[in-house]
Amino acid sequence: MECKFVPSVCSYCGTGCGVLFEVVNGKIKKTLPMKSHPVNQGKLCIKGWNLHEHVNSFMRLKSPLIRENGRLQKATWNEAIQITADNLKKISDTYGPDSIGVLVSAKMTNEENYLAQKFTRAVIGTNNVDHCARL
Amino acid sequence: MTNSIGEIEDAGCIFVIGSNTTACHPLIARRIFRAKEKRAKLIVADPRNIQLSRYADVAVNHRLGSDVALLNGMMHLIIKNKWHATDYIATRTEDFDKLAEGVAAYTPERVSAIAEVTIGDLERMAELYATHSPAALLYAMGITQHVTGVDNVKSCCNLAMLTGNVGIASAGVNPLRGQNNVQGACDMGGLPNVLTGYQPVSDPKVIEKFSKAWGVSLSQRPGLTITDMVQAMLDGSLKGLVVIGENPKLSDPDWNHLHHALKELDFLVVQDLFLSETAQVADVVLSAASLAEKDGTFTNSERRCMRIHQAIAPIGDCLSDWEIICRLSTAMGYEMKYESPEDIFDELASLTEASYGGMTYERLGIDGLQWPCPDLNHPGTLYLHKDTFKRGLGKFHAIEYQHPAEMPDESYPFFLTTGRMFAHFHTGTMTRISPSLDIEQRTGYVEINPKDAESLDIQEGDIVILSSRRGEMEAPARISEDVKPGNLFLPIHFGENPTNVLTSAEAFDPLAKIPEFKVSAVKVKKLVEGRPDVDVVC
Repeated sequence: MECKFVPSVCSYCGTGCGVLFEVVNGKIKKTLPMKSHPVNQGKLCIKGWNLHEHVNSFMRLKSPLIRENGRLQKATWNEAIQITADNLKKISDTYGPDSIGVLVSAKMTNEENYLAQKFTRAVIGTNNVDHCARL
Repeated sequence: MTNSIGEIEDAGCIFVIGSNTTACHPLIARRIFRAKEKRAKLIVADPRNIQLSRYADVAVNHRLGSDVALLNGMMHLIIKNKWHATDYIATRTEDFDKLAEGVAAYTPERVSAIAEVTIGDLERMAELYATHSPAALLYAMGITQHVTGVDNVKSCCNLAMLTGNVGIASAGVNPLRGQNNVQGACDMGGLPNVLTGYQPVSDPKVIEKFSKAWGVSLSQRPGLTITDMVQAMLDGSLKGLVVIGENPKLSDPDWNHLHHALKELDFLVVQDLFLSETAQVADVVLSAASLAEKDGTFTNSERRCMRIHQAIAPIGDCLSDWEIICRLSTAMGYEMKYESPEDIFDELASLTEASYGGMTYERLGIDGLQWPCPDLNHPGTLYLHKDTFKRGLGKFHAIEYQHPAEMPDESYPFFLTTGRMFAHFHTGTMTRISPSLDIEQRTGYVEINPKDAESLDIQEGDIVILSSRRGEMEAPARISEDVKPGNLFLPIHFGENPTNVLTSAEAFDPLAKIPEFKVSAVKVKKLVEGRPDVDVVC
């Protein structure tokens, strides 16, 4: 049996409590508060204690999906990426880059937000990028 | 936040306005209780009786949307009683005269009438806040989600500067962020007018720097906000939309409006953990890895950038958002290749010199670092504006009170406000599928005062129909003294009782474009089963 504790940060509000994921044989079993963390000092709220539950949910998407004949069907990554790239390029070529918008996320990491706005600005070529800070 | 979460403990006075802290930021609320144990004074201003109200030295339920009047009223009394920080105002601020002139008209009598707060309470709020330095002001969406959101924030800043409470420990103006990386998403340039570290796209030097770093020429024209994008979808000028980890069908201010807008798109791609309401109508859905399945950093409310570590392999055929973006970019002809999130972090830190420039994964460790952290020897910054404001002198703004976009009238006699409850997060995509959280609250509900319930013959649990000028929805009634007579409260987490059927996409702050979720006018009636609403004449 392998058991380890992996440090992370709770994603259920903007406080930023330090958590430890209890990982047994490659599966997350529980979430614990990090005792030494400067923000939460070994405490968590009800959402934090249950942070791992959404990770393990059976409702998680397990593969990319593509709409075919009106229904979302399983697809490979190559297919899903190519269809997305082709459609975005087609729209950009026909109507210009400002006809595309990107909504980035307050739940993604800094690195991913940085890349998402880089993608919008450098690859698509528009500043139409926003997120839900207002909502 | 200008200040840090830990500093709240040592405040002399804490003023909470428009934040239900125990429900939405429980581990920040803990610091408020610690401060109370150390004899801090607590002022709570909220249209509802929130849990914190019970522990406050003075708690008021000011009328929805009357924040500017309330804050001006406090400042009127502070100046009248000479409690303001004259030395601080003289050396660190400008335009005090304009503010003093502006708030002169906000006499206690006038404010009491607008905000429905007694003169005695107003006097006590002003005195406690002004005479128990350091005073920390905490707010959340109760201040910002209004047509006067920017005015409300400016009024909070006026109050804090007037009493010398910006630029010192345990004080400040502290917006509590609702999502784990809202701060980071803004810092990273997830906004239509700025690149990373709030470097404006309209500045030719900034555009030159990023164009060089990224090897393409970039547009200097600011883009569309989310509010503008919805309009552009409706008028046909926005054809493609990429949604990453968002569920605008529930979080957008007007469900009907957005529902129609999404239908107008030629192409919608959604990247998410779950088949959210928005993903269900997408053309392509990209299955994203959760936070436990990747490395990276989040930046919390107090500007603390912290590492997250990969705990498990991705579940199913999922990819991290950064890998998806790299593959999509490359497929579109711009090769994006990084070995790891650390590579990306080093690139973004090098382009965000003033705030993230001194950060590396190694330096972040477990505790993280608070920006600004401009160089490798910088210890990070506990509180902002220490000796000087970013712009030099702190500027006072005279702000006039304005009504919300919608006030109750004969047709729509109730005030409706929206918010969160303790067990759920935002649109519920993560918490409602979490068994331990779902069991706490399974359905939506509407809070109604016992007096209103009685006059409408509504019992606990009865289904009521709420309608506004935008639409109509149903929810079970929860009879509660937490809301004043004439007010209703709806939590935002429940897709089957969507609050944004009622709220308005047209009421938003002209500068910040933030929708007025906190105030709408609605009417209420009890659903009577088995009988049509309209009497049929035989």
